[in-house]
Amino acid sequence: MSISVLMPALSPTMTEGKLAKWHVKVGDVVKSGQVICEIETDKATMEVEAVDEGTVAQLLVAEGTEGVAVNTPICLLAAEGESVADAAKAAPAAPVAAPRSEPPPPSPNVASPSPAPITTAPSAEPEWSGKTVHMTVREALRDAMAEEMRKDGNIFLMGEEVAQYHGAYKVSQGLLEEFGEKRVIDTPITEHGFAGLGVGAAFGGLKPIVEFMTFNFAMQAMDQIINSAAKTHYMSGGQMTCPIVFRGPNGAASRVGAQHSQCYASWYAHVPGLRVLAPWSAADAKGLLKAAIRDPNPVIFLENEMLYGQSFDVPEDPDFILPIGKAKIERQGKDVTIVAFSIMVGKALQAAEELAKQGIDAEVINLRSLRPFDTETIVNSVKKTNRLVSVEEGWPFAGIGSELSALMMEHAFDWLDAPVKRVAGLDVPLPYAANLEKMALPQSSNIVEAAHAVCNR
Amino acid sequence: MAKPAVKPKVESLPAKSKSPPKPSGPGDNSVSAEELKSFYRNMLLIRRFEERAGQLYGMGLIGGFCHLYIGQEAVVVGMQSTIGDEDAVITSYRDHGHMLACGMDPKGVMAELTGRSGGYSKGKGGSMHMFSRDKHFYGGHGIVGAQVPIGTGLAFAHKYHGGKNVSLTYFGDGSANQGQVYEAMNMAALWKLPVIYIIENNRYGMGTSVERASATTELYRHGEAFGIPGERVDGMDVLAVRTAGEKAVDHARSGAGPYILEMQTYRYRGHSMSDPAKYRTKEEVDKYRNERDPIDHLRKRLLDGGLTDEAALKAVDAEIRKIVNDAAEFAQHSPEPDPSELWTDILIGA
Repeated sequence: MSISVLMPALSPTMTEGKLAKWHVKVGDVVKSGQVICEIETDKATMEVEAVDEGTVAQLLVAEGTEGVAVNTPICLLAAEGESVADAAKAAPAAPVAAPRSEPPPPSPNVASPSPAPITTAPSAEPEWSGKTVHMTVREALRDAMAEEMRKDGNIFLMGEEVAQYHGAYKVSQGLLEEFGEKRVIDTPITEHGFAGLGVGAAFGGLKPIVEFMTFNFAMQAMDQIINSAAKTHYMSGGQMTCPIVFRGPNGAASRVGAQHSQCYASWYAHVPGLRVLAPWSAADAKGLLKAAIRDPNPVIFLENEMLYGQSFDVPEDPDFILPIGKAKIERQGKDVTIVAFSIMVGKALQAAEELAKQGIDAEVINLRSLRPFDTETIVNSVKKTNRLVSVEEGWPFAGIGSELSALMMEHAFDWLDAPVKRVAGLDVPLPYAANLEKMALPQSSNIVEAAHAVCNR
Repeated sequence: MAKPAVKPKVESLPAKSKSPPKPSGPGDNSVSAEELKSFYRNMLLIRRFEERAGQLYGMGLIGGFCHLYIGQEAVVVGMQSTIGDEDAVITSYRDHGHMLACGMDPKGVMAELTGRSGGYSKGKGGSMHMFSRDKHFYGGHGIVGAQVPIGTGLAFAHKYHGGKNVSLTYFGDGSANQGQVYEAMNMAALWKLPVIYIIENNRYGMGTSVERASATTELYRHGEAFGIPGERVDGMDVLAVRTAGEKAVDHARSGAGPYILEMQTYRYRGHSMSDPAKYRTKEEVDKYRNERDPIDHLRKRLLDGGLTDEAALKAVDAEIRKIVNDAAEFAQHSPEPDPSELWTDILIGA
C-alpha cells in the first residue's frame, strides 16, 4: 500500500503554495523526520519532513511548480516490502484531510443574538429578625475573613501590608496575631507576581484571599486575573478550579487624583468566568465576603474606602451569609426604581428621602452582585414603577448602567414609560481639586434630578 | 474530575516513575541501562508525535497556533526523570512534549489538538491549554511568562501543605525578560519555595535571538539579584539534564529554595507552524540536527555501549509508530464537542 505525502499548509489561512525544491529523488529511502522538500508562500518558507518511512516511488509535482493546492498529493512512498514500481502504479491512498471550507452555520440557539435568558436568581435572604450588632464595614470584612479562616485551614490572606501593618486601611486588624505568618502574608509590591502566585496556590488546592491595596493597582495583575484565574476552568474542560478572592477598595477615595480613583466594576463584570461582588453595608460586606470565600470560583470583591468607617447593623449569627447573585430592595417605592451598588446605594437612599419630600416614592435596589446580575429583581421592580434610574460612580461609557439599559430594552421594554436614565461619574479622569472632584462624582442631587426627569415631574 | 470523554488505554510508559536505587555520583553511572532506554523511547515518542502533529496541521486538522518541541526533547525527558508522581509541572504553550513526558495519554493530547471531545480539555483548550490534575500537569499557558508566578504558587501550596513536593516551572528564553518572572523569583527566594525554574533557551524568542533580546545572555544568572543559584546545562544531552536536574530538585526539596537551570537547546522547527524562518540560517539548523541531535546522540551511546542493538531499537520505533498512529487515528475520529459544551465549565455551580 503506497503512502501519499500531501501538500501541507503553513497556516490555517494558506490555500496554495510553491513547491520550491525537492530534496529526494525516486528510489531514495526516506526516514521519519527527514526533509523531503521545501515549500514557499509569499509569507514563509518551510521544509517538509517525512512523517512516514518508505522509498520514494514517484514525485507527483515538479520542482518549481507554483500554486499547488493544500492537500494535493505531491509524492508517493513505497512502504516497506512494497516495490517502487507497484507503489507508483497504485492509486494514491490519500489520507483524509479536513475540508477547508467554512464551518457550517452554528445552530440557532447558539448564534442568535437573542437576549440572555433571565437566570433565576437565588431567593433573597429572609428578613433578619434576630439579634444584630452595630459595626463598621471594616470590622465586618475582618470578621468575615477570620470566621472563615477558623473553619478552613486552606484559606490564607496575602497582600501588601496585610500582616504587620494590619492592612493599609486596617481591614486585617488582628489577623496576623490570630493566624500567624503562615496564613497572613505580607507581599512585596508586585501585584502581577503575587496575583499569579495566588492563582497557582489555588490550582494547588489552597483558597487564597488576595488583597489589593486598591483595585487601581490590580491593573498590573489584570492578565493573571483574566487569563489565568477566569479562563482556566473553561480551557481545561472543567478539570482545573481556581477558588480565589481578589479583594480591596475600588473607586474614588478622596482627593487622591485620577490614578488612585477609578471604578473597575464594568471591567470585571465584562468577563465570563468571574464573579463580581460590590457590597454597600456592613451586613453586605460580611455576608458576601463569606460567600465569596466559600465559592469555588474566582471572585472579584469590590470594596470602597469611603465606606470602611461607616457603621451598620449586622446579624450576630456566625452562620449569617448572603447569596451571590441576589440584589436587595433597600427601600420599597412605586414611582421610580433607582438601581445602585457600593457607595452609590447610600447616595440613592439619600436621594429617595429627598424625593419623598417632593412627592416621588422611589424604590432603591442595591445590586450587591454584578456577576451574576439579578435582572429578575430589577425587571419586577420596573413592572411596578415603569421608570428606571441607574447610578454608578464609574464612567458612563460601556458602564454597568449601559448594560442595565440594554437589559431593560431586552426584558422590560413594554413596561418602561420613559427611557432609562444613567447617573454616572463624568467622562473625565478624576480631578484633584476639591470642587472639580465633587462635580465629577455623582451626588444625591444628580440622582434626584434624574428621577424627576424620568417621572416627567 | 473530568477526563477525556473517551478514555483510551494509556499506552505511554510511566514516564515519571523513579528509577530503581542507583549508585550516587555524577555522570552516566547514576543512570541504569533500562532508564537510558526509557529516555530514548520517551524522546522518540515526543519526536514522532510532534512530526505527526505537524502533518495533521498541514492537513488542516489542527487549527490556530501549534508550537512544536522537536529538538528540545532531552530537556523534558531528562528533567521528568528526576521527580516523583506528586511533583507539579507547568510550562508555556510549547507544551506537547511536557504532557507526554508527564505520562499523559497521547490520544487525549492529539485529540485536543484536533479540537475533539476526546481531548484533555474536551476540545475547548487546544494546543496551548491542556491540563491533567491526575498527572499534576498544570498547563499549557498561552501568555508568555504567566506560568512562572503560577508555578511559584504551586510551590507555595506545596510548602503550605508541609510536604516535600516541588514544582518544575518551565519557560523559554523569550519569557526570561518578563517582569512577572522576576516578581515570582523574588518571592520564591524570599519564602524559600520549592520551585525549579527551567529556562529552555532554544536561542530564539519567536524570531528574535537571545542576543537581540537580552542585555545579558547568561540566563542562568538572572536569579542572582535574589540569590538564586543557577546553572547552565547542555540541553541536547539527556544525561547532562538528568545530572543537573537531580541536583536542582534535591536543593529545592531540601527546603533551600528555588534553583535555576538554563537548558541550552534548539528547536528545529519554526516558532509556530507559520514561521517565515528568515531569522536564522539553514546551515545553523542543519548543524544542530546533524551534529547535536539528542536522540541520535543517545542512540549512538546505547549502541556503542552495547546496551541495546539495532533490532531492539527497531522494535521501539515500531511501538512508537503504533502509539502515534493510534493517537492520530483517535484524534481524527473522536467526535467534535457537543454544542452544549459551549456553555459548560464557565463557573462551578452556575
